[in-house]
Amino acid sequence: MAFLSVQKVSKRFATLAAADAVDLEVPQGAFFALLGPSGCGKTTLLRMIAGFAEPDEGIITIDGAVMNGVPANKRPTNMVFQNYAIFPHLNVFDNVAYGLRKEGLGRQALRARVEAMLGTVRLEGLDGRRSDELSGGQRQRVALARALVRRPKLLLLDEPLGALDKRLREAMQVELRGLQKSLGITFLLVTHDQEEALSMADQVAVMSGGRILQIASPRALYERPNCREVADFIGEINFFHATVKSVEGETVTANAGVLGLLSIPKPNFGFGFALGDHILLALRPERITLEGGTVAGEITAASFLGERSHYQVRIAGRGEPVFVAASGPAPPGAVMLGWNPADMIALPFGA
Amino acid sequence: MATENGTRRGYLLLSPTLAVMALAMAAPLALLVLYSLTAAPGPVLAGGPSLAQYGEALARAGYRALFWRSIAISALVTAVTVTLAYPMAYFVAFHAGRAKFAWAIALTIPFWTSYLLRVFAWKIILGYGGVINSALLSLHLISTPLSALLYNPFAVVVTLTHAWAAFAILPIYVSLEKIDRALLEAATDLGDGPARRFLRITLPLSLPGVLGAAILIFVPTTGDYVTPSLVGGPQGAMIANLIAIQFERVGNWPLGAALALASMAMVAVTAALFVTAARAAVRAVK
Repeated sequence: MAFLSVQKVSKRFATLAAADAVDLEVPQGAFFALLGPSGCGKTTLLRMIAGFAEPDEGIITIDGAVMNGVPANKRPTNMVFQNYAIFPHLNVFDNVAYGLRKEGLGRQALRARVEAMLGTVRLEGLDGRRSDELSGGQRQRVALARALVRRPKLLLLDEPLGALDKRLREAMQVELRGLQKSLGITFLLVTHDQEEALSMADQVAVMSGGRILQIASPRALYERPNCREVADFIGEINFFHATVKSVEGETVTANAGVLGLLSIPKPNFGFGFALGDHILLALRPERITLEGGTVAGEITAASFLGERSHYQVRIAGRGEPVFVAASGPAPPGAVMLGWNPADMIALPFGA
Repeated sequence: MATENGTRRGYLLLSPTLAVMALAMAAPLALLVLYSLTAAPGPVLAGGPSLAQYGEALARAGYRALFWRSIAISALVTAVTVTLAYPMAYFVAFHAGRAKFAWAIALTIPFWTSYLLRVFAWKIILGYGGVINSALLSLHLISTPLSALLYNPFAVVVTLTHAWAAFAILPIYVSLEKIDRALLEAATDLGDGPARRFLRITLPLSLPGVLGAAILIFVPTTGDYVTPSLVGGPQGAMIANLIAIQFERVGNWPLGAALALASMAMVAVTAALFVTAARAAVRAVK
């Protein structure tokens, strides 16, 4: 059985289903992310795992032990809270030592363990500071140290980087990842920031409306989303309507209207389909070239972002623009959009 | 400088308050000081400043006993009131849900009647022919009315405790309300059960409210005059009653002033000691 196992867990608040028969398996030592827009139920799921909420239905087990009915203070989990929840009346040392006081360690042993943890999160020498004397990044480290010093089996992180500025956030992403690998503790991260989830986690579960849409590695989520919602949520993407025309061996021919007839490799269909089915073809902006293609278009908006530029291209017969990301400067005048049909992801229509 | 400007503006905004305070508090207090330094009843400072009245105020055993009794009664009142108010404030802050505001208002309802009326109410409850005695008589639990209920320190403590309850509930409620609920969850997450969490997080973080409530009750009750004179009897008399006698009946204003200032000093010292001790006690909790 998986290290953390969530089986058919449901939780309702009045009429709203925050979790709707959620199944989740997290292997030991993984860095797992729950990703979804706010209100998708990811925080509720995290709180049920931490013990701050009880599922209406379903079972949660950690390391083989059923957690239903076990109070939060008796669970082998620790949490990094969204706004860190640093105890304002205690200094850094006492905050980190907070969860160890009951363990009956000697003075020396306690000090050694707290100091070692402060070293791990690079907070040496700040023992005596209080939370209002710390920067956002330092608070984040205190929250992390306070949870990790208890050596939990599972560390829960609730939007841990949300309150930090962009540069610090990126540095912390790398650091958290390194910390997780070196400690070998299973991390479960909740975030609405797809970049955060993709850059840190081994496995990502995308949630929406209390359901898990897809669980996959970051690369697989990006390259092989299983539905429109996931494709849309993970990065920028273009959708084209199409109908299945014919299937020959490993190639599916689809009629994509203004784009003409396209030959898509069969493995790009992650679902069952029949001839004549209405499907969606999804294509990432960076998979489209502005030159040498077959579809004429006109650039209506361009934004320069450093290593690449984003363009909106209008093509005849399509109301919304096509998003293109290219590294070089745009050619003058009209463009000819091109792409490799093997890069098109086929998705069921209406899912 | 912007800050200098800001400071000046601050004082300007405060000036009406400062003017009232100067007239209504500082001036009478200064006058009191001058009276207390006067050697004998008569014109202020006749015969030069003297500490004779302070000697008199502190030397007499009867006066000293009154000082101690006042401190003891109001310390007891403070302790009982804060202890009773804390659970009520806790309930309103953590369990009243949406009815919070209604509860906060409801708790102040007893204060919509005058202080004097509330004291008289207790006189009726505790009196010889009062509510408690007639209830006990009709239940045949006693054969003659108890006279030990009224006109003693007990009656003073009960009356003052009831009279000042809301003043304790509100500051405690405010400080409990301000506690970030995530801190409580964090404490639970770090292994604390409800009792440990209360002692380590809730209580220390509500300490400002508790101290505020304690000071708010201790300071005025030490100098309370109405309650001891109505329900205290000779055994329950407090320092304010003695001060009033000096000013009114005896006409010894210098001694009255010295007693009043000595009592102020005692209240200040006791309160400071209490706050220091409470802070240290809470800081020891880790």
